[in-house]
Amino acid sequence: MVDVAPGAGAIGEPMERLEGRAKVTGTAPYAYEHPFDDPLYLHPVLSTVARGRVLSVDTAKAETIEGVRALLTPWNAPRLVDTGDREFAVLQDREVLFRGQFVAAVIADGPEIARQAADLVRVEYEALRHEVDPSSPGREVYRPDAEDAGVEPDTEQGDVEGALAAATVRIDHTYRTPRAYNNPMEPHTTIALWEEETERLTLYDSTQGVHVVRGTVAEVVGLDPERVRVVSPHVGGGFGSKGSAHAHNVLAVLAAKASPGRPVKFALTRRHMFSLVGYRPDTVQRIRMGAEEDGRLGVLVHDVVETSSRAKEYAEMSGACSRTMYAASARRTTHRLAALDVPIPFWMRAPGKAPGMFALETAMDELAYACALDPIELRARNEPERDPQTGLPWSGRHLVECLRRGAERFGWDERDPKPRARREGDWWVGTGVASSMYPRSTMPGSVAEIAHEGQGRYTVSIGAADLGTGTWTALTQIAADALGCGIDRVRLRIGDTDLPPASVAGGSSGISSWGSAVVAAARRLRDEHGGDPAPGARSRAGTPHNPDEERYALYSFGAHFAEVRVNADTGEVRVPRMSGVFSVGRIINPRTARSQLVGGMVMGMSMALHEEGVVDPRFGHVVNGDLAEYHVPVNADVGRVEAEWLEEADPRVNALGAAGVGEIGIVGSAAAVANAAFHATGTRVRELPLTPDRFLS
Amino acid sequence: MIPFTYSRPSVAAEAVEAVTADPGASFLAGGTNLVDHLKLGIASPTALVDVRDVVGDQVEELPRGGVRIGAGVTNSELAAHPLIRARYPLLSSAVLAGASGQLRNMATTGGNLLQRTRCPYFQDVTTPCNKRAPGSGCSALEGYGRDNAVLGASEQCVATHPSDMAVALLALEAVVRVLGPSGEREVPLEAFHRLPGADPERDTVLEHGELITAVDLPAPPKGARSAYRKVRDRSSYAFALVSVAVIVRVQSEQIADARIAFGGVAHAPWRAHRAEEALRDRLVTEASFRVAAETEFVEARTGRENAFKVPLAVNTCAAVLRSLTGATR
Repeated sequence: MVDVAPGAGAIGEPMERLEGRAKVTGTAPYAYEHPFDDPLYLHPVLSTVARGRVLSVDTAKAETIEGVRALLTPWNAPRLVDTGDREFAVLQDREVLFRGQFVAAVIADGPEIARQAADLVRVEYEALRHEVDPSSPGREVYRPDAEDAGVEPDTEQGDVEGALAAATVRIDHTYRTPRAYNNPMEPHTTIALWEEETERLTLYDSTQGVHVVRGTVAEVVGLDPERVRVVSPHVGGGFGSKGSAHAHNVLAVLAAKASPGRPVKFALTRRHMFSLVGYRPDTVQRIRMGAEEDGRLGVLVHDVVETSSRAKEYAEMSGACSRTMYAASARRTTHRLAALDVPIPFWMRAPGKAPGMFALETAMDELAYACALDPIELRARNEPERDPQTGLPWSGRHLVECLRRGAERFGWDERDPKPRARREGDWWVGTGVASSMYPRSTMPGSVAEIAHEGQGRYTVSIGAADLGTGTWTALTQIAADALGCGIDRVRLRIGDTDLPPASVAGGSSGISSWGSAVVAAARRLRDEHGGDPAPGARSRAGTPHNPDEERYALYSFGAHFAEVRVNADTGEVRVPRMSGVFSVGRIINPRTARSQLVGGMVMGMSMALHEEGVVDPRFGHVVNGDLAEYHVPVNADVGRVEAEWLEEADPRVNALGAAGVGEIGIVGSAAAVANAAFHATGTRVRELPLTPDRFLS
Repeated sequence: MIPFTYSRPSVAAEAVEAVTADPGASFLAGGTNLVDHLKLGIASPTALVDVRDVVGDQVEELPRGGVRIGAGVTNSELAAHPLIRARYPLLSSAVLAGASGQLRNMATTGGNLLQRTRCPYFQDVTTPCNKRAPGSGCSALEGYGRDNAVLGASEQCVATHPSDMAVALLALEAVVRVLGPSGEREVPLEAFHRLPGADPERDTVLEHGELITAVDLPAPPKGARSAYRKVRDRSSYAFALVSVAVIVRVQSEQIADARIAFGGVAHAPWRAHRAEEALRDRLVTEASFRVAAETEFVEARTGRENAFKVPLAVNTCAAVLRSLTGATR
């Protein structure tokens, strides 16, 4: 089915970003930067109780500030049509469901004025007893609906208890991951413009999916989607947090409706982003394994308890990876949610898989030590012939190939498996390995349109998103090869609901979903207009349905290797070297793909060493809610990071043979670092992050 | 943020007069701390008096081998200055351990000494904090305590002083030169920063209107070696969990004298007199280093989340002494 042949031209070339020059010269317009002569500015007031009711909002002082145009409160805010989703029912009632929820907002002539006035708004609450701590005694957990969670929360195969009892080697450990926050460099921003006469709403938004935001906003305000336009040509990172509209979009629309004809600019502050745009919830994961002495798993149990929000359910599904990774005749996975008075969790790069594979791949390392086996050999012995969950054959499972190739590159064979055996000066040195995986998914619903502008020039239109990942460049490469022309003949248009619809940039599905639509549209252009189409010829096609999705288990795999140094005096953890080998189908653009893989690996290292949103149970807020206290790595933390991939094309995934690379880099990366830290020190830390105090003797 | 006036006088006395006359006024230098606090609503001065034109921006030699550092010398200039690098490499390395390149380009010597203590609750106006709102209570005492002080804290405040530079200056026995409404005075750095006690809103002994004009350093101790070691959660651009400045002189395998100062453990940079005393005339061995460092922390008060700071400080101090004296582990 791979019908865009490699070597035809642009695909596979390490092209520089087409928009790179505009970005580094500051001329690529991000959402907030779209020029308007006379904008208004919005600044919100956030709740300071975690649960309760707004009794009053005193705006008197704020209104005295010159330049304040309007104040929005639960009493006067424009009414929404659909308030069924509590995240989007902004200022529609007086309920406070978490600390850091919008309870009022100021619209003013300048951002400083809006902020000053917002500080002067006094809100009185009836505070109710709140619960924000998932580990507090007596808190209830429940099983999420399969329908809501998207996948079955619980699975069971074989005689789990019997297999556990019969096993020669048993592992039973609990792993914990903390709340983590996406923190893209560009904050969530929106400019909203409501034109009353024409009843048209326009949003310049920083989003991973213009059509997704349009759909939500149209529904919430009760407008025909055709009357809503969302524009988002460039996005400064999202990592999932921009994969949906959030409350700030709705607040901006309310402000726009209150100020018809004037664009309203709204940029969240970094601190706002800790309660309003989602986060990876904390997880507690118990893993039990039963194996023979030779390491062959007889049973694998992965039981997960995770935080959700009472305002809106979110199920992280961390145990799902254990349904696919390794062979075992008995297996159980369960997910339970603790619904708390906390902000609403949402996607953060590789939802479920990032925390789940930390737990599973650390447990595999523990099993390797328990069986005195090399961890790569252990994984090779547990290769399933078919997908254990569905029984489907693999479209191409190259995990062991990645592990072996990575081992060779990394120099794994020279390793003394004994922990706490190697010291250089004041530093304990260790190495670790972990597997990686990610589904090769394609989302339905994208449409591409290709128009021949004459003289062999084509305009390719699709409402796709470029989060900084390289969509502008990669889709242009795909279009050029599909049309059989040079990339300078292709003009790509993305990031606008005036263009044909596109699925969200999520689940690493962008390149497959949008790329397949572009290929299909090029094919249709040939079919409808021949090999030499006349100027003005245009054709549209959607992402084709792929029957192989039902016939094969479509997964990418990978292997992470890390070298870790832990200071014998201070416990400081350093990662001088990371290496990853991935099986991700055909690579469209090695330059941007490598950047995504390396970025994912570093984000996994960050998850291992740094990231932790600390919640104060008394107040219900994230104590360290800024980038001074919520750590992500700085350059000095990142040593040598290498990513490579197997040369392959998966003909069963799409016409390109290519799968997305946005998320697989983070999956398993944290486990490789943690396993290396154990090898260095002999101290097994099962709770992230690995801060220096955990290694102090 | 609330509106404020801004002025930039050209004479120091004018700046002092302007701030003295207005209880809501505040000096502004590099702004790396104050401007943040303006945005966060922690500080709300009615007038900012920019002192960048009125305090010295030079490092000058003093008679008898010392130097005078103008209060306006930026952290970057200070760390790179040939006199500082030659005579006080300890200071250079401490300054470079702090903040980021961009911040060090703006932050000044005087401003660095006057940066407020760090605590996430102090930073967040929606939570009680005795330092920000006296009498409202201390949220950190029973709250997130990883950063909390282990020495010299009070029931009112457990915040820690964030400066790296000040820790080195303390070990170097710096003297702060101050201009106030009634003239000049000198304050030894050790007496400059306060412990929180019952009034944690005051970080230093300066009165309103007093302006730091310079910092004097005496000649460095002869024949001594020195080092600054900062331990933090990431490799750069993070506040110290614990830091230590050590100046040590060894004679015939014994510690002749040592000066030790800790950062990250108290409301002020912490001079470790007990440890210094315990080291005097001791053999340069790991055991004597550890015993001395532990002596300093005998009265430490810790909670669940910051208890690690004591072994961390002891280990770090011992490690620095080891590397400076060539002792074996």
